[in-house]
Amino acid sequence: MKIAVFVKQVPDSAAKMTVADGKPNWGDAPLVINPWDEYAVEAALQLAEKHGGEVTAVTVGGEGAKEALKHALAMGCSQAVLISDPALSAPDSSAIAHVLAAAVKKLDGVDLAIFGKQAIDSDTGITAAMTARILGWPALTLVAAIQQLDPAAKTVRVERGIEEGRQIVDGKLPAVFSIAKDFGEPRYPSFMGIRKASKAEIPIWALADLGIAAPQSKVSWPEISAPPQREVSNEMITGGSADEIAAKLADKLIAEGVL
Amino acid sequence: MAGKIFVYVDHFKGKAMPASWEVVGAARKLAGEMGASVSAIVFGANAEALAQTAIHYGADEAFTAEDASLMDYRPEPYATLLSKLAKEHQPEAILFSTSTRSRELAAMTAIDLDSGVIPDVIDIKNEGGQLVATRPIYAGKLLSKVVCKTRPQVLTLRVRAFGKPVEDTGRSGTVTKVPAAMSEAEIPTKVANYATVEGRVSLGDAAVIISGGRGTSNNPNLTPPAEITDEKQKEIWRAQQGFKMIGELAEVLGAAIGASRAAVDAGYVPYAHQVGQTGKVVSPDLYIALGISGAIQHLAGMRTSKVIVAVNKDADAPIFKLARYGIVGDLNEIVPALTKALKERLHK
Amino acid sequence: MDFQLSEEHRMVQNMVREFTQKEVIPVIKEWDRKQEMAPFILPRMAELGILGINIPVRYGGQGFDYISLGLVSEELEVADTTLRVVMSVHMGLNSMALLQWGTEEQKQKFLVPQAKGEKYACFGLTEPGAGSDVAGMKGTAKRMGDEYVLNGEKMWISLASKAHHALVVMRTNPDAADPHEGLTAFILELDRKGAKTGDIHGKMGVRAGSTGWISMQDVHIPVENRLGEEGEGFKIAMSCLDNGRYTVAAGATGLIRASLEASIKYSHDRKAFSREIGQFQLIQQKIAYMVQSYEAARLLYLRAGWMKNQGVRNTRETSLAKWFATDASFEAASEAIQVHGAYGYSDEYDVERYLRNSKGAVIYEGTSEIHQLMQAGYALGYREDAKLRCELPAYDAEYWQK
Repeated sequence: MKIAVFVKQVPDSAAKMTVADGKPNWGDAPLVINPWDEYAVEAALQLAEKHGGEVTAVTVGGEGAKEALKHALAMGCSQAVLISDPALSAPDSSAIAHVLAAAVKKLDGVDLAIFGKQAIDSDTGITAAMTARILGWPALTLVAAIQQLDPAAKTVRVERGIEEGRQIVDGKLPAVFSIAKDFGEPRYPSFMGIRKASKAEIPIWALADLGIAAPQSKVSWPEISAPPQREVSNEMITGGSADEIAAKLADKLIAEGVL
Repeated sequence: MAGKIFVYVDHFKGKAMPASWEVVGAARKLAGEMGASVSAIVFGANAEALAQTAIHYGADEAFTAEDASLMDYRPEPYATLLSKLAKEHQPEAILFSTSTRSRELAAMTAIDLDSGVIPDVIDIKNEGGQLVATRPIYAGKLLSKVVCKTRPQVLTLRVRAFGKPVEDTGRSGTVTKVPAAMSEAEIPTKVANYATVEGRVSLGDAAVIISGGRGTSNNPNLTPPAEITDEKQKEIWRAQQGFKMIGELAEVLGAAIGASRAAVDAGYVPYAHQVGQTGKVVSPDLYIALGISGAIQHLAGMRTSKVIVAVNKDADAPIFKLARYGIVGDLNEIVPALTKALKERLHK
Repeated sequence: MDFQLSEEHRMVQNMVREFTQKEVIPVIKEWDRKQEMAPFILPRMAELGILGINIPVRYGGQGFDYISLGLVSEELEVADTTLRVVMSVHMGLNSMALLQWGTEEQKQKFLVPQAKGEKYACFGLTEPGAGSDVAGMKGTAKRMGDEYVLNGEKMWISLASKAHHALVVMRTNPDAADPHEGLTAFILELDRKGAKTGDIHGKMGVRAGSTGWISMQDVHIPVENRLGEEGEGFKIAMSCLDNGRYTVAAGATGLIRASLEASIKYSHDRKAFSREIGQFQLIQQKIAYMVQSYEAARLLYLRAGWMKNQGVRNTRETSLAKWFATDASFEAASEAIQVHGAYGYSDEYDVERYLRNSKGAVIYEGTSEIHQLMQAGYALGYREDAKLRCELPAYDAEYWQK
């Protein structure tokens, strides 16, 4: 099986975010692989281990974005590709999806393109479905479990996490997956993987290598701001007993009109 | 201007997601400002009835499709049909409520129409026909204004961010039936089945959420059954008793049960309960945090709740900074007392 | 001169940090209260390859360098001292001694399973009546044909009750003119008849770890279990300490970092006189001292690690790093409690555990007083290191990774 897994480098989820010069600023918080993408890598590796084959990690970004790829390599991906091109400035999800679809074609013979649920920076969660649509492949998003996959027959049955529980869907390969957290905890990088990753030469593909021009972004974000400080008038409720405290709180909640 | 605004009505097996009506309400308001009309789009089971309800909530007309191939939601036939309708009617905007279905449907439809998507919007301003949307990024740590330069402007609206309109059963409008755009043979997937997941919770649209953290396992008065010998299992057992107690309070309030990442990682409750940056981002009217200290990732997931109540043993827990009401104390004492007090007051 | 960690080093650091943050830190307080070692610690460290981090791949390890061992030790002790102690005894005091002194057969038999984490290892030098006075030890090994018969008791042995192999130093020649020369090192499988182990309870710190004793009553071991030559035991023990102390130094550096990080967080969170307490200059002074100790301790252990990589004798530098870092970690933990005020005194916060955990390392693997004597001895020219028959091999990436 040939699997492509898409990762993104994002500020650590513990980062305190501010706005500087109209741009998001994460201070000295580290940049890490998008936590949702670790689940995608885990799924890709499990499938490759089970059915044989190789996993290629792909990202779009500057030189610094290689760190996310190195993490994926250290987890066990067989190779990685960085797509970087000055023409890709402020790409929206659709532009990224066009680039990734082109990368899937260039990788040639990909059976599965796997994404994380969403990136924790832009929080859009639409790139997987967009890429599937561009490729004309089935979109099996929010996969919580893979019940069956037959690389020879090119069939797959997955459980998708939806609001109401699970939807069990049969599809055909090649397909696009996005992976939900229910899939299972991602592995840590292994020491052997770390050594391989730190020695890996990661090829850089420009748009010309993909044979496409810079896709037009449809969406732009003219203003980024910190959310308004919430005026929370904090009131500590005390009392001689739990019952007394609870009674006070109950009265206040009823007065707030939120019940 | 005689443009249309499409509203996609999201439903599961014919039962509408309540947020769909919020979107109809938001579309109605925008339509008024833009001189446009609102078209509800309903595919699948019970489409006729849902279309009528959409009209009652403010749609001017509706398009329905009830082909057998559309009975189960699948993105490919739904997106193809929605795109076809959009190409025919050239709407100014297509609005969805944010859900697992709508996100991908919006994404695929936008690709078909060569337009862009603005997901999970919490506010929309109309500036002369150009929608300026506000959406949270970095799990709500920042806000971004976003515009879509192409048409139609495809937006998904965050659940509970827009008010629910009043239903007016006197409203009427035309309902147009349309055929499916893909034959069953052309659709690349089949829905085999559905499964319910134990502990499945609908955190997204709950008006009240009660969440438990690591502190739920701290009740020293509980003795785990003798057959549990493993320390970890004993801890989980204690926490589960804590969540049972929270469940009783939740029942009184009709609340959903949430949890911190720490509680989920420790195996106390399934992931579906997790509130925070790598869980669900929620914004209920009332959020009660029990034994949750308030890691930044958790706060990012619930900070916009209207009223926040925190109960924690640690007076310095960061959660208190966001809390309207704080109680420094043992949740094992406070929760049963609060359940009792609210039961009396709400006559339940 | 290059003060930058390599990408490989940073990834090792991050990986161990991810492990401790996800699996250890959330539960360590409970195990510390219970005074038990969490049963998952050793198997998980084994599974992740941590127990063989700097042993060559050919001997079952991961093939990383000695700096990586230091970085891992630092990360582990940020979570809890007991995890770093595992590295000190299993790796520093035992496995590295096998790498340095062991025959090829001994490496295959003992080092390979240890580096793979299939067997855990500890180190027995101290006795109930002999600590700093190593040559005062009473435990004996008598040669009888192809065997040695061991009798004696070892005390304050980390992992005694968990380990499969112990490196023990015993007296083989009671008549040696210099009692140091009458000592010999052995690898003892702890399941041998006559060997018993147990845990010591009621410790001030490292409560989530295992500290115990080994008792040997007529334990027969084959001659092949002797490490080095007869009479080489003291030299071997001292070389073990060069490696054990290195992990202690790096670990104590981690403890300073943990104290610093906790203090910074609390200084922002806690308000007094309507300001966050970080605004007060006396709090700032404490933070500043912690930063100073952390940076200095870190440079000292990294230098020692660099020397190990180069294959340069580092007894002096390692001793200095260990002395400085352990004293400074005790001070930093104590000041961290002061920053936290009364809360720091309760076990709701981690800093009181840091203080309790810091004290042991000021005592074991050479008390601070011993290190002061050593440093003065080197400076005054009273002390110098003679070349060893077997030196710790320099790190050779090619050899290590094949």
